[in-house]
Amino acid sequence: MPKVKVHRTSPSLDMTPMVDLAFLLVTFFMLISKFAPEEVLVVDTPSSVSEIKLPDSDVITISVGKEGRVFYNVDGTNTRRKLIDKMGEKYGIAFTDEEKELFSRSASFGVPIASLKSFLNMTPEEQKKVRQPGIPTDSLRNELGDWIMQTRYSNPKAIVAVKGDGSSDYPAVGRVIEILQEKKINRFNLVTDMETRPTL
Amino acid sequence: MAEVQQQGGGEEGGKKRAKKMSTRIDMTPMVDLGFLLLTFFVMTTTLAKPQTMEINMPVKPKDDADRNELKASNAFTILIGDNDKVYYYKGLNNGTDPVDLIESDWSKNGIRKAVLESTQANPNLVVLIKPDETSTYKNVVDVLDEMTITSTKKYAIVPMDNADATLLTEKGGR
Repeated sequence: MPKVKVHRTSPSLDMTPMVDLAFLLVTFFMLISKFAPEEVLVVDTPSSVSEIKLPDSDVITISVGKEGRVFYNVDGTNTRRKLIDKMGEKYGIAFTDEEKELFSRSASFGVPIASLKSFLNMTPEEQKKVRQPGIPTDSLRNELGDWIMQTRYSNPKAIVAVKGDGSSDYPAVGRVIEILQEKKINRFNLVTDMETRPTL
Repeated sequence: MAEVQQQGGGEEGGKKRAKKMSTRIDMTPMVDLGFLLLTFFVMTTTLAKPQTMEINMPVKPKDDADRNELKASNAFTILIGDNDKVYYYKGLNNGTDPVDLIESDWSKNGIRKAVLESTQANPNLVVLIKPDETSTYKNVVDVLDEMTITSTKKYAIVPMDNADATLLTEKGGR
């Protein structure tokens, strides 16, 4: 009598295609992801139907937080290095080479220029803990206007993006727009979230 | 059962077989790691770049003589008050003549319909957006958004003046 052989399938299946796919995806995500620098100011932007994307480089970001604190950021280490030189010159603050280097590598900040020196000398942990008061925007000490002007001199290609928190009062954002207009920047961008366009 | 056990007597005289290693290796740890990394990158990547709304402000005139006078028939004003309130009126408000201020809302049949109907009736219409000090930035963006949706070409953000401020106070919008 012939023996009936029970064909037992091996419990280990061939995982090669799955592994191939997994590593493909890993490589993909590794290549496209950029590590965003940590934002100190939390900004919850309102949504709009606009479909224009913000460019990757040469962007001046002016963030306005919930309580009206204004933070400033510009990308590009070269631009930032030139910017700190010019601002130091204008306000008569001598930044050391080390401080300039630190500034060119850092991101968004919100301290008056008078306390920028001590802010740069803090360790990253301390910088996170300290409450940044925001950049002065009043007409007496219009530091934001100077930052914008000096950035435009350092990098004429830079475009301005205003990133306002949806729940902030309009006058805070309105003041930033006013400063931009004073500095003859009549074309700028408002950073928003995506929203589907309703049908009319 | 019928197989001959060769193990026992194979010591001497038997062929020395090189022990063949299996070509399959256990890939489980590698796969674990692979998926761990995959999960990490999927979670941390934000694919969506921020959207922006491009806005062009008019060049600030040097003196009042450079300003263009806006005809009252071409004006449409939106007032933004506190607590998400929105009002509109047609024409201009010079402070003396009574203006018909209408309270509106953010729904489809609210401010959008009003703007759309007015722009369709008069292509030369200029929408003036006047945000009050008590209004939020979100509401201003929402109004600007309505301009995009209704494809209104001519609009401007104008600071609130006294006449409009009193009008808004009367209606309880601030």
